[in-house]
Amino acid sequence: MAQRTLDVGTELPVFTRATGLANWNRYAAVNSEFVPIHMDDEAGKAAGMGGAFGMGNLQWSYLHALVRSWIGDEGRIVNFSCQFRSPNVKGQTVEAHGKVVGVRDEGGEKLVDLEIWTIANGETVLAPGKATVAL
Amino acid sequence: MTTETDAPKTNISPEMKAAVGREIGRKVSFPISESDIRRWAIAIYYPQEPPRLFWDAEYAKGTVHGGIVAPEEFNPFAWMTANGFERTSTTGTVDGDYLESSLGIKGPGLKFMLNGSLETDYGVRMRPGDVITSVMRLHSYTEREGRLGLMLFGTTEDTWTNQKGELVKKSRNMVIRY
Repeated sequence: MAQRTLDVGTELPVFTRATGLANWNRYAAVNSEFVPIHMDDEAGKAAGMGGAFGMGNLQWSYLHALVRSWIGDEGRIVNFSCQFRSPNVKGQTVEAHGKVVGVRDEGGEKLVDLEIWTIANGETVLAPGKATVAL
Repeated sequence: MTTETDAPKTNISPEMKAAVGREIGRKVSFPISESDIRRWAIAIYYPQEPPRLFWDAEYAKGTVHGGIVAPEEFNPFAWMTANGFERTSTTGTVDGDYLESSLGIKGPGLKFMLNGSLETDYGVRMRPGDVITSVMRLHSYTEREGRLGLMLFGTTEDTWTNQKGELVKKSRNMVIRY
């Protein structure tokens, strides 16, 4: 089993991606999510944003990738949630972060509560959320 | 004195309120293939190599899963389901009343849609060969004034089970319309 620190306050190794159409188009292709606001700057502007912007569901996936990498193949995600607060616009570097906020034993499993979030260019929180994992 | 202009505005009609709790639809996936899982993982982890659990059968066999599993958030319903081909817009636009159209009622006619939030309780993992059934219900409507005007929050609850009847996940998705 992977060695990891379970103290409250422990931060997970960061998952980082430079974002833009190369990521969004690949995600659109697997999720069949060909929505104009994610592909066309004019459609993004018409929706009140600066231009085309990334899918909320891709932030969701980045957060899952962050947590999966930390819990390893043996770990299990019990529940997961996030809000989609700000758009991920072209050229931003998105980091997925996580921090241990609680550790408890329940039903023979060690459950770890995490605070998770994605942040663009180190300043704009895009998708804050929570997760509970079983180790 | 109340005038027509300061009367409370709402996008939630009595018909929409009455539809809360109703089933919006159910769909069945085609059997999940290793290729579906592999491509999903490649897209998510691009430009890095995805974890071997999602594409290397030999490696995956030696893990607690005993074989390849899908990433938890994998969507087996993309492109087409076993229910048949769903017609998509030919104008490149998205139906803002998609939720109400599915329920056979009149929607609020709002122009823009954003994904608001998502929460999921996970059950068993999805594997190659699995056939997933999704049953979606209308969970709630709320609304409030926002930066871009009166915002409508519609939440759906989606329950997925596999061919053995095991719970794969239960999700609540809130979509903002304005």
